[in-house]
Amino acid sequence: MIDAFNIYDNMDRNNILLSFKGDITSELLTSILQIMENKMDNMQEDSKTKKKVYNVLVECLQNLYHHMDDATDGNGDKNRSAIFMIAKTGGSYNIITGNYILNENIHGLKSRLDDVNALSKDQLKDYYKSVLNNGEMSLKGGGGLGMIDIARKTGEKLEYNFLEIDNKVSFFTLIIKVTQPQLI
Amino acid sequence: MEKYAIEGTPKTPTISFDIQGGILEIKGRSIPENSIEFYKPLVDALDKYSTASKPATTVNIQLEYFNTSSSKCILDVFKKLEAIHKGGSAVTINWHYEEDDEDMLEAGEDYQAIINVPFKMVQVAE
Repeated sequence: MIDAFNIYDNMDRNNILLSFKGDITSELLTSILQIMENKMDNMQEDSKTKKKVYNVLVECLQNLYHHMDDATDGNGDKNRSAIFMIAKTGGSYNIITGNYILNENIHGLKSRLDDVNALSKDQLKDYYKSVLNNGEMSLKGGGGLGMIDIARKTGEKLEYNFLEIDNKVSFFTLIIKVTQPQLI
Repeated sequence: MEKYAIEGTPKTPTISFDIQGGILEIKGRSIPENSIEFYKPLVDALDKYSTASKPATTVNIQLEYFNTSSSKCILDVFKKLEAIHKGGSAVTINWHYEEDDEDMLEAGEDYQAIINVPFKMVQVAE
């Protein structure tokens, strides 16, 4: 039998405000954003915090939405399922996403994340402008700006992990920290 | 076509383009998953306008949020406006931002650095 208490307790101890596991659709993103906006209103967050968290949420969720096409789970089945969590501890929000990734795509993603993490605030600004203006547009319209924008808006390093499941796929976890502006 | 208007949704902005008056307004949120599809009609309308532009064109941008998918499309819109400006219509882009929204001000400054059109940063109260 599923141990619901175990899951509840785990989420409770990790201060999870919202969590979702399943197919990431456009309608789901609309709902999650609405729920989080209401939650932050109820928690009486200041508008600076709300805007930061909302912006970063949009980018994280749309990353998931756009990059799950090739995802295959450990059994080799096509699986558009992913996990998304948002936690609040002390003065910061943590946005956590997890999804399967083909092992062959790890190298490219890892080097993009490392490139972004190596840059200072001013370098990120210049990098953002050069990618914005490079005339390239991915089919999905993202154009490679998402991670740069997240790093720029949060002022934090992108924390990530690749957990190898088998010789084909790994599970990619991304943790984004958004510190409340007045506490910086 | 004298007016081009699109009603806003939770993920897309309200757009109103008064072609007779030479006034384009984009307001609200721009966070669609597919922004190319959303912005294409506006880019096309600007293309058409460029062949018969007014002596002055005023552009008011007042976005609460926009995603990175929209940011390249907004740049495309601004590039069209830059061409219209070069073509003889005096274009002004008024970039509105809420007073505590430094990220939105910075985003406007990024565009200002890339696009050769007069930009005005307009602070609005929350």
